[in-house]
Amino acid sequence: MMEVRDLACERGDVRLFSGLEFSLGEGGLLLVQGPNGSGKTSLLRLVAGLSRPAAGTVRWRGEEIAGLREAYARELLFVGHANAVKDEFSADENLAISLELCGRRATAAARAGALDRIGLATRASLPARYLSQGQKRRVALARLCLAADFPLWILDEPFAALDGGALATVVALVDAHLERGGAVILTSHQEVSIAARTRFSIALEG
Amino acid sequence: MLGGLQTIVARDLRLSMRRRGDVLNHLVFFVIVVTLFPLGVGAEPNLLRAMAPGIVWVAALLAAMLSLQRMFASDYADGSLEQMLISAHPLGVIVVGKFIAHWLVSGLPVTLLAPLVGVQFDLSQQALAVLTVSLLVGTPVLSLIGGVGAALTLGVRGGGVLLALLVLPLFVPVLIFGAGGVSEAQAGMSAAPHLSLLGAFLAMSCVVAPWATCAALRIAYD
Amino acid sequence: MATEGYRLDSETSGSWLLKLAAPQAFFPVAGRMIPWFAVLAVLFALPGLYLSFFVAPTDFQQGEAYRVIFLHVPAAWMSMFLYLVMAFWAALGLILNTRLSGMMASAVAPTGAMFTFLALWSGALWGKPTWGTWWVWDARLTSELILLFLYFGFIALTNAIDDPRRADRAGAVLAIVGVVNIPIIYFSVKWWNTLHQGASVSLTRAPSMATTMLVGMLLMSLAAWMYSIAVALWRVRSIILERERDAQWVRELRGVQ
Repeated sequence: MMEVRDLACERGDVRLFSGLEFSLGEGGLLLVQGPNGSGKTSLLRLVAGLSRPAAGTVRWRGEEIAGLREAYARELLFVGHANAVKDEFSADENLAISLELCGRRATAAARAGALDRIGLATRASLPARYLSQGQKRRVALARLCLAADFPLWILDEPFAALDGGALATVVALVDAHLERGGAVILTSHQEVSIAARTRFSIALEG
Repeated sequence: MLGGLQTIVARDLRLSMRRRGDVLNHLVFFVIVVTLFPLGVGAEPNLLRAMAPGIVWVAALLAAMLSLQRMFASDYADGSLEQMLISAHPLGVIVVGKFIAHWLVSGLPVTLLAPLVGVQFDLSQQALAVLTVSLLVGTPVLSLIGGVGAALTLGVRGGGVLLALLVLPLFVPVLIFGAGGVSEAQAGMSAAPHLSLLGAFLAMSCVVAPWATCAALRIAYD
Repeated sequence: MATEGYRLDSETSGSWLLKLAAPQAFFPVAGRMIPWFAVLAVLFALPGLYLSFFVAPTDFQQGEAYRVIFLHVPAAWMSMFLYLVMAFWAALGLILNTRLSGMMASAVAPTGAMFTFLALWSGALWGKPTWGTWWVWDARLTSELILLFLYFGFIALTNAIDDPRRADRAGAVLAIVGVVNIPIIYFSVKWWNTLHQGASVSLTRAPSMATTMLVGMLLMSLAAWMYSIAVALWRVRSIILERERDAQWVRELRGVQ
């Protein structure tokens, strides 16, 4: 589904990596690892279409993502480093808006279910400013419960700052998505055991 | 496409309602600036009446400056803007939604406040009407061109002042046509040419601003 | 280190123009061109100044002071022209994604601002002896003032952004928006000036032009243009050295290993 050829990335004047290539098919998991500053987040942003590469191409279903724009965005769920959670909105409102931005709508019941699964049932209607960092991260990840119809998930450090229960939930969600034939690209400092049809990793040097 | 517009406008309006303080502050600023001028130049009625169109318009420009940062800064800081850039809705639609939401909470209230403020300067009915119409047509331009500046200065140090420096020269035609029209009305002549030129400038901004803002946002994330 | 200027297919390396688009290739070429343009500038300026100050007839009403128009008008023309040049290079850099184009735009901007300032200052020098005030709100002077603000905006924005690529691209968007607005601004200021009849003096209503005067102005304009090119080339070289300072060829140039 995704093909990356000869990808190069520059931050400022530094070339972080070049000549990167991979293919990701259905049920495939790509794990990106490397020390801080090696370009993991930059790589994810490149394949998500947030920034343009210094060289190389990223193709989705055979076409370059630069040309696809919204057609690609509809099929992509991106959870970045930042939570995209507004302090003034409750967890439920934040979840609703982030889904609407992806072109999806979910019923209140479905959203409540998602927030419950991620462990925020009691905090669903509090303004997000009263949530802890870990809880805000869980709001950002709650989308995953309702994201079955996104073929590609790109997740930046989804397991960071999560406690045992939430961690297990997110791992289970990723597992289930891969089972369904979805593809996942993620970065992680931690060792995670996720079963996948095809699993490979890229290790970036600093 | 309309769905995306609705989503963004509703979202931004709801955010503004929850941050009511910000919205009211800039309106109060508008009124304070207008009041400063008579204090500065003296209360001679004829002088004030002649200066009124310019004063109200300059105050509207300065108040717009204060509120423009709000358009993208918070979303940039917490990562919401990132999500908008890879949203299923076209970025152009999202940007237009932001312009509309911004105008609804800054330009429109200023326009509605203008007749009250104009009374302080003893403007005639005719002049007040033209003042209100000129603000109605001109304040969207402030949101449009100001939005370009806000997108260009995202996360740049010296943000607010730099934004003003970039955008105030570009507002000059709005100021001239807007205030000029009111002066014409005061002199008993038709303000139609000024208002139509203002309308033309608005139309042009509607074409240029969304493109430039989308380009600037993508550049900020590249 | 990356020294290519183009991301287009570099296999079609036919055109020398494409090769020149790399900062490394352009650097020595620019260096060779500077003396030529400097000489041309002097060659135009000498007869221009001679015509302006010695040959052109003394104006009946304004005396000798009017001669500053030979500085004022060319400076005003250059200030406008250089903004277009700057916007052109900036837009080119945005569309073709070349680094050198953005550097050229940044190199041109300060010279453009200088000419704008010169136009304003020479306008003041003209106004004082002629009409007794240092400043008149005439359409051209006011437009020049706004143009100065637009230059300042471009320079301030490109300076405030640390990443040179982002600075160039943001500057390009600003310059393009500026270019589209400038005719509207000029028009609106002219409109404003004719409405508020306060200013009955106008620097644009210059004394009727004798041919020698026109030739003089033309020569001064050409001199200013040659000077601008020379200075822009000189400035772009230092921008190249600054931006590419980590590149091997720059290190060798500086004798640093």
